[in-house]
Amino acid sequence: MPLRNRAPLLDLDPAVVDTARHLAAKAAAPVVEIARSHTTVSVERATLRLAGITGADSTHRAGDVPWVNRVVDTVAEHCGLQDGVCGPVFHALAEHNLGSLTELAEATAAGQVTYRVPTGRDATRAAKAARTAVGKGLRLVDRNRAQRDKMIARLGDPPRRPWIYLIVATGDIDEDVVQAANAARAGADIIAVIRSTGQSLLDYVPEGATHHGFAGTYATQENFRIMRAAMDEVSKEVGRYVRVTNYASGLCMPEIAVLAGMQRLDMMLNDSMYGILFRDINPIRTFVDQRFSRQVHARAGIIINTGEDNYLTTADAVDAAHTVTVSQLLNEHFAHEAGLPDELLGLGHAFEINPKVPESFRLELAHALLARELFPDAPLKWMPPTKHMTGDVFNGYLLDGFFNLAGALTGQSILLVGMMTEAVVTPFLSDRDLALANVRYVLDAAGGLVEDFRPAPDGLIVKRAHQVLGEAVDLLARIVDDGLLNAIAEGTFGLMKRPPDQGKGAAGVVARSDDYVNPAVDLLDEGVAR
Amino acid sequence: MTDKRHVRPYGDTSGDGMVQTSFTLPVPHGPRAEGAALLLAQKMGMEPAMVVHSNPIGPDFTFFVVYGSVRHIIDLDEVEVVEREYPLLPPSEVNTAIKRSMRRKLVVVGACIGTDAHTVGIDAILNIKGFAGEKGLEYYRELRVVNLGAQVSVPDLVKRARTEKADAVLVSQVVTQRDAHILNTQEMSAAFREAMGARRPLLIAGGPRFDPRMAPDLGVDRVFSRGTTPGEVASYLVHAISLRKEQPA
Repeated sequence: MPLRNRAPLLDLDPAVVDTARHLAAKAAAPVVEIARSHTTVSVERATLRLAGITGADSTHRAGDVPWVNRVVDTVAEHCGLQDGVCGPVFHALAEHNLGSLTELAEATAAGQVTYRVPTGRDATRAAKAARTAVGKGLRLVDRNRAQRDKMIARLGDPPRRPWIYLIVATGDIDEDVVQAANAARAGADIIAVIRSTGQSLLDYVPEGATHHGFAGTYATQENFRIMRAAMDEVSKEVGRYVRVTNYASGLCMPEIAVLAGMQRLDMMLNDSMYGILFRDINPIRTFVDQRFSRQVHARAGIIINTGEDNYLTTADAVDAAHTVTVSQLLNEHFAHEAGLPDELLGLGHAFEINPKVPESFRLELAHALLARELFPDAPLKWMPPTKHMTGDVFNGYLLDGFFNLAGALTGQSILLVGMMTEAVVTPFLSDRDLALANVRYVLDAAGGLVEDFRPAPDGLIVKRAHQVLGEAVDLLARIVDDGLLNAIAEGTFGLMKRPPDQGKGAAGVVARSDDYVNPAVDLLDEGVAR
Repeated sequence: MTDKRHVRPYGDTSGDGMVQTSFTLPVPHGPRAEGAALLLAQKMGMEPAMVVHSNPIGPDFTFFVVYGSVRHIIDLDEVEVVEREYPLLPPSEVNTAIKRSMRRKLVVVGACIGTDAHTVGIDAILNIKGFAGEKGLEYYRELRVVNLGAQVSVPDLVKRARTEKADAVLVSQVVTQRDAHILNTQEMSAAFREAMGARRPLLIAGGPRFDPRMAPDLGVDRVFSRGTTPGEVASYLVHAISLRKEQPA
């Protein structure tokens, strides 16, 4: 990935950049400690999914309840989750002489199982059985990673940067497949399936192929499988590996990360603070779930996409530019800490400055270039205008052209294709086609302009980039003084106040005991599968 | 500008009737597709019509840009404008209006009541993430939003609305088995009337199976149905609060 083949243009002071990274690490440290000392219902469920539990209880009156939720909820009720779910579960499996976790789940639903934390030799035996089962799941994730590498070696990556990222969202996985295949044939390198509105707040992962989403399609293991299989076919047809993206966010982020690894998805939306700020999910829950999901992504070779664009749609894109930088630095630190290397770090930013602001395009270039130079080895994700798309589709098409140009000029890695009908309708077939034509024109006409682009050393672009970095350092220093959790509670990011003891999913957070056992965490930490 | 009664679209000359449109037909690119596009344009009232551009989208579709003169004439006296009972305001104007009329933040308490666990609707309206490209009510600086989440009992809701000094209570109902959404909402509005009388907050119900005309039956001030956006709710709040101030109960 030759992202570094360019000389720095902004002349950023390495000492200031070091200070920024140092402050980000300092701000993150207490939160990492919390993540290491707690577990959540979703982390425990993700662990059991790796250990092989599948399916749902379809006889429950509330609709399909995944077996994994049944088991984890019952363990929590009987003996708590402070020691991890694996001890009680694998002990019960041996005690009842059952063949699989799914059988255990059925027995659990029938009220036949009483869970307790095993001790002595029982505990050793249960831990060993759990490690074997979880190891099997991780080996599937490893095999998928190897399979992806093999397919890329055979079919090849997209011919040029930025990779072209296109969204489909019909609510029906079968329709998504049709749209995705057409988009890939028309030049899309990455297909993202947007999730149904509200899935992030479901504390379970729906099962099976789904056909009725709200403004998006549910993320399920079966939907993942269907889309990946369809794109494998299309990849062969178009002669390049078409990547598939979904969302590891919300209350089930660790489980969805596991399912993505098991079904060979290639990129996942995964932000360290998005759920807290924009979905009012409990901060501790989010940070614990985040760390586990990022460890899984690191293992699976999945590129994460962070959500800095959201800061700019809720606040002014000029005033809040430095909050994007701060969030990128925090996301980078949390990712590194969880084992994600730079090449899997799709840090986000967006073209959201009001076009009526004088010199708005130069300011965009300054912000985009700052991200590029701060993170030279990360596959940055460049996101299109949404806030200032008004329904005037002609103007919108022009704005998207400038967005594409900024992306080409500043060497962005992943380009989310903007739609001129943003905020009007879900894109027509022709809207996608026109949007891709816009991208192709700009990349064909000006893709190499990056070579000639040298902002004046004391010009507006360079000065603005330095200013934003300076503001980011100041904000990081304040966050270090306050503590990250307090900063979040006080509304430092995206204007939202989110105290650490509130928000959705808080009840699913449990402090780990000294005897906590989780073979998934161990195997991910150790980087082994047995 | 003269006060003309009869008008046609204006391209570059008065009365030329010129319009442009674009569309896609599920027909492979070629003369037959262009013929089909012209025929459609004629049926739309464009006469003469010109296909000024066409290009294939994949093997099965063709995209067209068509210019032409429409024969229609609009009699401005026939125009009926549905007067919305309240104007749609952008967030900044909602904030300004609340600040001016209340001199404090307007408090909104939201919940899914009864056994309903579907928070999709209430979250789409309240969460900052929002819905349909509009930010949720949390985004509005002059609104203080308390989202109680799912399965809130009516007594709890009344209690919480009192302690929070709610100006408005938003209730979302998705489940409709045995008319649960109607009965729950009626129970809720009755409880507020009993507990607080005329000093009750504004009561707003929302859900995909509600009909906006049901408000009096449900005992609430307003019902929002499928597809409602946060901006509509925010604009309504401004409108309703200003009405309340004019006619103190």
